[in-house]
Amino acid sequence: MSALTRQRLSLALIWLALLTMPYWMNAVGGYTELGTRVLVLGLAAMALNFLLGFTGVLSFGHAAYFGLGAYGAGMAIKYLAPSTPLAIVIGVVLGTLAGAIIGALIVKLRGVYFAMVTIAFAQVFFFIAIRWNAVTGGDDGLTGWHRHALDLGFGKIDILNNDKAFYYLVLVLFAIAVGLMALLLRSPFGRTLLAIRENERRARFLGLPIEQHIWLSFVISCLFASLAGTLFALLSNFIDPHALHWSQSGNFVIMAVLGGMRSFWGPLVGAAIFVVLQDYVSSHTANWMSIIGLFFVLVVMFFPRGVLGMLRRKAKS
Amino acid sequence: MSLLQVQNVSRHFGSLIAVNGVTLTVEPGELRAVIGPNGAGKTTFFNLISGFFPPTAGKILFAGQDITALPPHKRVIMGMARTFQITEIFPELNVRENLRIPVEIASGLRLRPWLSKSADARIRERVAELMELGGLTEKADRLVGELSHGDQRATEIMMSLALRPRLLLLDEPTAGMGDQETYDISRLIRRLHKDQGLTIVLIEHDMRVVFNLADRIMVLAEGAVLAEGTPDDIANSEVVQAAYLGKAAA
Repeated sequence: MSALTRQRLSLALIWLALLTMPYWMNAVGGYTELGTRVLVLGLAAMALNFLLGFTGVLSFGHAAYFGLGAYGAGMAIKYLAPSTPLAIVIGVVLGTLAGAIIGALIVKLRGVYFAMVTIAFAQVFFFIAIRWNAVTGGDDGLTGWHRHALDLGFGKIDILNNDKAFYYLVLVLFAIAVGLMALLLRSPFGRTLLAIRENERRARFLGLPIEQHIWLSFVISCLFASLAGTLFALLSNFIDPHALHWSQSGNFVIMAVLGGMRSFWGPLVGAAIFVVLQDYVSSHTANWMSIIGLFFVLVVMFFPRGVLGMLRRKAKS
Repeated sequence: MSLLQVQNVSRHFGSLIAVNGVTLTVEPGELRAVIGPNGAGKTTFFNLISGFFPPTAGKILFAGQDITALPPHKRVIMGMARTFQITEIFPELNVRENLRIPVEIASGLRLRPWLSKSADARIRERVAELMELGGLTEKADRLVGELSHGDQRATEIMMSLALRPRLLLLDEPTAGMGDQETYDISRLIRRLHKDQGLTIVLIEHDMRVVFNLADRIMVLAEGAVLAEGTPDDIANSEVVQAAYLGKAAA
């Protein structure tokens, strides 16, 4: 089998699995909402990986944009209008705008310094969410709102009460977002990001304004992370400050590294492992994070290219 | 008009004077070598020309324009490309991709999120042309990080050439190479100079390469110009011989 056919085959398999997920989730001991969570967190991890795996820049504060998307969506429904599409748009605009402003401030930093400052900014939003009780609901989270049925003009789709309908809405948005990211990575612009990841000095001396390109990559990454955030809030009809906490940022990094940050689909695989382990192990023990941690350490030690990287090497040999 | 005019530039690092009042003029089509003992300030001098850091004093003109304060990427856009003493490439991309990136940048496509079929075809053609010229066609799909030192160097030179530069700066292009690789790379440089009429400034330690290729040679010692002239002038200069043998000039 040639590399290209193998690639097409695995792509077809991934989409087939995602398209049919609500119909076999129950059979393997899951439930539809769990599948939706895999998609939502997978999208967030893939968005982070656009920056981490394909530009070589580590953000340790992507919970900020994820959480801003989530709060934006919840507050739009609670305070503005009972519309799901409007909630998504407002959440995405809020998260992307914050990413654009913060990105412009930090784009000259590198490595650990960049990561530290992204954490710091994320914690700012975390504390605002906790302290600004009257608007955000504080520590208890933002309650008293829920997603609304989609009105298509000629009819309504009941995404509120029908789990499967909401899953497919998420899948459509996921497909658009992932398709756009894949397209970008294959474009001349995407190749400049790979160039920066591979060798920043060489890229600079090929005439690239590095800061501008890293900023753009950061903003694109924040855009898709905040889209994931809006869907996360809509999924549980609730949002609390945990979504903004630095540990959430860490979880996204874990998902990306676990699945394989050099592969496009790796973070989705990482998210699936993370979400399923969390769901399964946490019903047996409260220390579920230690199991994830152990698994993470094993992967990093023995398969530094993540689960997908390991599978790919097997396929080659 | 001279292509490159370096006027009396100096660079201090704290109390260390790495480059001290060096002046250099390079005419279009010339191949100029910069030689000198270790620690003479050759690489610092190159870094000043390419904008890696600004000079402490002095002025640099490129094609008549003052570029002393310009950042590196703007100098590149004006037509100045360079290679590094330690080869700088994109190790986990293949040869084709390594060359494709500078070709796209040079075509003004760096921010494009898509490509038309015809633009894509034009770029592929140019990449193929560069691989041919650099003798890399058979290695097109190999990761550059896995190639031999000589092929990596050839890739780096072709990446710079992909920018269609008016001036190419080569920092020790044959450093750390065996005889065959050294021969191949100097033949490549000669081709670029003679066939493409490219203006080149190179730093080099291998004297066979220098005397074989250069039109003119500048000798640096302790950050200052010790001598300048044709290869014959330099070969017969007592000052230069003294500097290389470590004796005080008589």
